[in-house]
Amino acid sequence: MAEGDVGWWGLAASLLLIAVTLAISVWRRLGLEKEVVVATVRALAQLLAVGYVLTVVIDPDQPIAYAWAWLVFMVLFAAWTVSRRAPEVPGVLPLALAALGASTGATVAVIFGLGIFPVEARAIVPVGGMMVGNAMTSTVLTGRRILEEFADKRPDVEARLALGQPWTEASRPSLRSALRSGMTQQVETTKAVGLVFLPGAMTGLILAGVDPVDAVRVQAAIMFLILGAVAINVVVIGTGVTRRLFTPDHRLVRIARSAE
Amino acid sequence: MILAAVDLFEFDDVLVRFGDTVVLDHVSCSIPDGGSVTCLLGASGAGKSTLLRLCNRLEVPTSGQVRFRGRPLDDIDPLELRRDVGMVFQRPTLFPGTVRANLLVADPDADEPAMVEVLHRAALPASFLDRDGDSLSGGEAQRACLARTLITRPDVLLMDEPTSALDPTATKELEELGRALADAGMPVLWVTHDLHQADRIADRRIVLVRGRLADEHQATHYLAGEAGDHDHEEADGEQDAGGEEVTDGRG
Repeated sequence: MAEGDVGWWGLAASLLLIAVTLAISVWRRLGLEKEVVVATVRALAQLLAVGYVLTVVIDPDQPIAYAWAWLVFMVLFAAWTVSRRAPEVPGVLPLALAALGASTGATVAVIFGLGIFPVEARAIVPVGGMMVGNAMTSTVLTGRRILEEFADKRPDVEARLALGQPWTEASRPSLRSALRSGMTQQVETTKAVGLVFLPGAMTGLILAGVDPVDAVRVQAAIMFLILGAVAINVVVIGTGVTRRLFTPDHRLVRIARSAE
Repeated sequence: MILAAVDLFEFDDVLVRFGDTVVLDHVSCSIPDGGSVTCLLGASGAGKSTLLRLCNRLEVPTSGQVRFRGRPLDDIDPLELRRDVGMVFQRPTLFPGTVRANLLVADPDADEPAMVEVLHRAALPASFLDRDGDSLSGGEAQRACLARTLITRPDVLLMDEPTSALDPTATKELEELGRALADAGMPVLWVTHDLHQADRIADRRIVLVRGRLADEHQATHYLAGEAGDHDHEEADGEQDAGGEEVTDGRG
């Protein structure tokens, strides 16, 4: 067993912290015991299943098409997840597909087109996964932020429409504000990296015994790519949702607020 | 041959529904053209703001038709319509920046004399051009909004309860401005629930009761100030027209 490996015993021991979580829930009467158990079992089952599938997908003897298919599956699944998490966003599924497809496509083209990582299944799957995962979170946040922004700023937007501005102009200040807040979070994360937290890829590489400076190079490249992916994603989902909030005759539709 | 005068706005069997709420229930009426103040009166939720918002197409009827000077609104480019039919809202909606910046949003080609002129029409001195919107009182901000609307050179002015957030002095000033614009030939449609305000400014009154045009008896009853309190507790579908009504999709 390599140094960084967690054996079955180690995995079982980590459940001790789940027990602590359950104890806190019972002690403070949070009512989260069932949720915690379900989350733990699901995470284990999903990761084990993915682990076995990935064994096949990243096997160098298997066709690389499996890895690309896996990436497409991740984009589809992420778009479906976004549509479940933010159902109040109009046209959420096609917009999430477009946003995730554009951001993943663009970053993957850069990563592999410029040779930042080798075109191998063991790179395509985890790196693509990180892009999709981060972009998925920003899709949900930006979609909701757009709705909140236009609901809050309705008087401002309607005042602009009433002056004869087309929706593309009347929506610009609110759209800009929502896009800024969608991107700011990832910019802040990028600033804090290394000082406040060590991100997953780097942690994994260091645990696996890779020289920290080599791990940093990988992580820095990934962080910059994630920032790019989030930016593309925020713009696509932001402009797409905004478009759907206006009618062809330049009226702002009534807006459903997020349930959360 | 005598030609019949074309009305400013005609509402022909207009129904407006927001989700399950009927906000305007088969309203038919007309507003004549010319310099005058027409007050749209009614309790909260009566549908008066929605009727006003139909005039510049911030709302569209679920069924029925609205005509502006004889032309169905569907046939008019909404951007062109909104420059002909200006609107001042319930609360001052100044955009960030100075009064000058606000006027330039409305008319990017406006020159200094044009800006000073609209400020004058809104009873604000030229020095206000460089005042930041945040530094203005409620009354000043609302008059700056009026100036911003006037710089688009509208033919008609819609006032959606423009004094509801103002103190009595600022209210009186805005009423006088509305009256002066009407006396100078501009048709003004003014939404209010304040009967005394209507007495001060109106040439004509249209009374709405729960989404319907009041009949003579209801109107007399309402204008005598005898409307029951329950009218004020109606569902605020009308106010929500500009608020947070929750439906999805388009219009």
